[in-house]
Amino acid sequence: MSTGNMNLTLKVWRQKNNKTTGALVDYKLADISPDMSFLEMFDVLNEQLINKGEEPVVFDHDCREGICGMCSMFINGRPHGPKDLVTTCQLHMRSFKDGDTIVVEPWRAAAFPVVKDLTVDRSAFDRVIAAGGFISVNTGNAQDANNLPIPKMQADAAFEAAACIGCGACVATCKNASAMLFVSAKISQLALLPQGQPERYRRVQSMVAQMDAEGFGNCTNTGACEAECPKGISLENIARMNRDFASAKFVSEETV
Amino acid sequence: MSDLNSNIPEGELTNKWTKFKSSVALVNPSNKRSIEVIIVGSGLAGASAAATLAEMGYKVKCFCFQDSPRRAHSIAAQGGINAAKNYQNDGDSTYRLFYDTIKGGDYRAREANVHRLAEVSANIIDQCVAQGVPLAREYGGLLDNRSFGGTQVQRTFYAAGQTGQQLLLGAYSALERQIGMGKVEMYTRHEMLEVVKIDGKARGIIARNLITGELERHFGHAVVLGTGGYGNVFYLSTNAMGSNVTAAWKAHKQGAYFANPCYTQIHPTCIPVSGDHQSKLTLMSESLRNDGRIWVPKKKDDNRKASEIPEDERDYYLERRYPAFGNLVPRDVASRAAKERCDAGYGVGASKLAVYLDFKANTERYGKIEASKAGIHNPDKETCMRLGTAVIKEKYGNLFDMYAQITGENPYETPMRIYPAVHYTMGGLWVDYNLMTSVPGLYCTGEANFSDHGANRLGASALMQGLADGYFVLPYTIGAYLSKEISVKAIPTDHPAFVEAEAKAKGILDTLINIKGTKSVDHFHKRLGHIMWEKCGMARNAEGLNEAITEIRALRAEFWKDVRVPGTSDELNTELEKAGRVADFIELGELMCIDALNRNESCGGHFREEYQTEEGEALRDDVDYAYVAAWEFKEGVNFELHKEELKFENIKVAQRSYK
Repeated sequence: MSTGNMNLTLKVWRQKNNKTTGALVDYKLADISPDMSFLEMFDVLNEQLINKGEEPVVFDHDCREGICGMCSMFINGRPHGPKDLVTTCQLHMRSFKDGDTIVVEPWRAAAFPVVKDLTVDRSAFDRVIAAGGFISVNTGNAQDANNLPIPKMQADAAFEAAACIGCGACVATCKNASAMLFVSAKISQLALLPQGQPERYRRVQSMVAQMDAEGFGNCTNTGACEAECPKGISLENIARMNRDFASAKFVSEETV
Repeated sequence: MSDLNSNIPEGELTNKWTKFKSSVALVNPSNKRSIEVIIVGSGLAGASAAATLAEMGYKVKCFCFQDSPRRAHSIAAQGGINAAKNYQNDGDSTYRLFYDTIKGGDYRAREANVHRLAEVSANIIDQCVAQGVPLAREYGGLLDNRSFGGTQVQRTFYAAGQTGQQLLLGAYSALERQIGMGKVEMYTRHEMLEVVKIDGKARGIIARNLITGELERHFGHAVVLGTGGYGNVFYLSTNAMGSNVTAAWKAHKQGAYFANPCYTQIHPTCIPVSGDHQSKLTLMSESLRNDGRIWVPKKKDDNRKASEIPEDERDYYLERRYPAFGNLVPRDVASRAAKERCDAGYGVGASKLAVYLDFKANTERYGKIEASKAGIHNPDKETCMRLGTAVIKEKYGNLFDMYAQITGENPYETPMRIYPAVHYTMGGLWVDYNLMTSVPGLYCTGEANFSDHGANRLGASALMQGLADGYFVLPYTIGAYLSKEISVKAIPTDHPAFVEAEAKAKGILDTLINIKGTKSVDHFHKRLGHIMWEKCGMARNAEGLNEAITEIRALRAEFWKDVRVPGTSDELNTELEKAGRVADFIELGELMCIDALNRNESCGGHFREEYQTEEGEALRDDVDYAYVAAWEFKEGVNFELHKEELKFENIKVAQRSYK
C-alpha cells in the first residue's frame, strides 16, 4: 500500500451558483500519494473540508474510468490536465511534483454556464444531438444486421468518430468556444455509414443550426480541440462536416 | 411452495413469447397519446424503453441523476453483447444461448424469461446496427464475434473495448430523437426519492431537482425503474460513483419485493486496490481472457518479476483445474479460483492480492499469422511480437491504455496484475414475466430487476438483458397493464398521496441535514463496504453473516446520530445526495446478509463456505433452495420471506461442470 508524500497547493474555483460570481480559493494538501487519481486527490480535499465544517468542492464525475464524459476540470490551463489522451479521472498524481501549485477551474464557455464550483451545464450538447444526431429508425424496423456489409475501414473510421465521450473539453479549450469537434464527430460517424445516408444532408443542417443557436463559437482552424481531446477525435471530422454542410445546399432538396 | 405468481404464459417454452405477443391486449394509438409513462434511469434499459414507448405513441417522462442521459453507467461496459445469431456457424442457437445462461446462472433463473431473452437477442443486434452503432467487422464487411466466459461458441458482438458506450449512445440517440420531437420530456440531474401509490397502484414519483433542491411531483399511469445495480453497497466496486439503490429501495419500501439480494457478481479481472485512497475499482474486460492466460508462480511467496519466472514454474491454474473451458470459465468460478490461490500464498504484486493475466503466448501466435499474411516465412520471435502487439492493440488498445494509466506499468511488456472486484448484482426487484414488480403498475428493467441471470451472470449478457427489456419486452408487456388504464385520467399532483409522499421525502432530507454529526458520509460508506466485502463478499459463512448483521445495525444507528451533511437542501448538495444513498445502502446491506444467511447452499456468486464439494466447488441444494427468495419490507427495517419456486421443465438440472 502506498503512503503519500506529496504536498500541494490548490487554487480552486469556488462559485455558489450561477447567480453569484466566483473566485479562486487556496487550499493546502499534504501526504498525497502519486498513485491517487486527480479526483481521489479532490476526495481527500473534500473530506478535509467536511471535517473542518466547510462545504466541499462540487465537481462532476461518475464512472471514473474515462468513458462517461462527466468529469470536466480545467487544470493549469488545460482541460483534463497536462497529459494527452486522458480524462481528469484517469489523470494520476504521479503526473505532478511535490510542492506544485495546481489551478483548477470549470469549463469556460457561454454555452456551458457554471452551475456551482467546477460543475457546468452541458445540456447544449444534448440539444444538438436531439436536433439530428441519430438515424430515424424505430424499434422493430431493422433488417438482419449482416444484410448490409460495411467495409471494415469505413466501419473503423465511423467507430473512431463515435468514440467521442461528449465531455466538452474541445469547447473549453477553444478560444472561440466552438463545439465543432463534438458536432462533427457525430455527423461523421453517421455520414461514414450507409445507414446514415438517407438523412445525411438534413442532419448536418439541423445540427449546425442548433449548434449556432446554443451560442457556440466558430472554428478558426487552431486545432486546440484535437490536441486536448481525451479520445483523440480528429480534425478531419470538422473538414467532413464543412464539406457536407456546403454540399447540403446543392445536393439536398430539403432545407432545414 | 410458491406464494408469488410469476404470470408465466401457458404452453411450450419455445412458444410462450410468440403466443404472448400475439394475444396481449393492445392500446389504440389515440389512447396511447393520453397515457403517461415515467421511466427512471437512462441507461440501456431505461433509454431504450423510453425511446421505444415514445415511438409507439405513449407520453414519456424520463429521469436521470447525471447531467445527460448519455452518462448512465451502461456506458462503461466494455467487452460485448451476446446474441444467438450463429454467424460463426459454430453451432449456436436460441436454445444454446438459453441453456448456457441457465447453466451459467447455476440453475437459479426462470426458464421462461431466459428463453425469451435468447429469442430477442438477435433483434437487438439488428436494431443497433440500423441505428448506426459501429460494431466490429471483418474484412468481408460482416460483423465480427468473440468468445466470452461460460460458452463454447463465439456469439459476442463488440466495438473494441467500448461496446457499452456504443450501444448506449445508440439508445441515447434514439431517446434524443424522441426528446427533439417532444414525445419524451427529459429530466436530467433529477433523483427519484419516492414512489407514489394511489389505491395500491404506482401512479407517479417524487423527484428532487438536484440543482435547485426542489422536490417535484410527477404523475404516470405506470412507472418503470431502470436504475441499475447496487454493487456500490461494497463502497469499492466497478460501478460509477453515483450508481445507487435508492430508487429501487424506495420502491421496495412501498411494497415491491426485493429478490435474491445476496447474488453478487465478483468479476475476476479488475485492477487491484492500490491504497486506502481508492475510490473505485476498474474492470479489465472479460474479453481479455480470450487472449490472456491467467497464472501464478508455482512457488509460494515468489518475489521474482514475472519475466524472470520460467514457463515450467508457472501455474496456469484455470487451465489446470478446468481443461474444457480453461481461461474462459464463468466469472464466479474464475474469481473463486483467484482468491483460493492468493489465500494459499501464491498471489503476486506488492499486496500479494493479485494474479497475472499474460498476453505473451497469444501475441506471438497473432504475430505468426500476421507474418504469414505479409509473406514472411519463419519469422523471428521479435518480429512475431511486434506484429502480434499491433493485433492486440487493435483489439484491446483502450483497455491496455487504461491499465497503463492507472498502474503506471506497461501491459504490452509485463503481464497485467488482476484481482476480483464487485461488478454486477444479479439480485434486484422481483418482477413477474411482464417485468412488473409486486406493486401493480410499477415495472423494473435491466440490472435493477432480478430476472434473467440466476445466481451468476455470464459475460456480455448484461447489455443483452438491458436492451432486450427496453426495446423488445417491456414495450409489449406494459400494454397488458396499460390497456386496462385507458379510462384513467391523469391524476392531479395535489392528490393527498403526492402530498404525503413529498412530505416523507422532505422529512428524510431535513433529518439528514439536521443531524450535524461529526463524520462524513464517505466514512460510513467505507465502513459499510468493509463489512460487506469481508463478510458477505466472495465467500460467506453463517458466523460471519450473523456478525455482519449486528455490525450493520449498529452502523445504521450511528449513521443517523453522527453523520455530517454540510450545506442546505435547497441547492446543489452532493453530500446530501450521497447521504440519502448511503442510508439506503445500509438497509440493503443488512438484507443482503439476511438473504445470504437464509440460503444454506452455494450457487453461482453466492458461496457459502459450509457448502462446497471436496474440490472446493459450489454445492447447491436443489431440494430446499430451488426458489427465488423475494423479501417484503416490514416496518422498522424488518423483512419477510416469500418464495417463488423455480421449475425446470426443459433443462435437466445438473452439477455445473466446466472441467
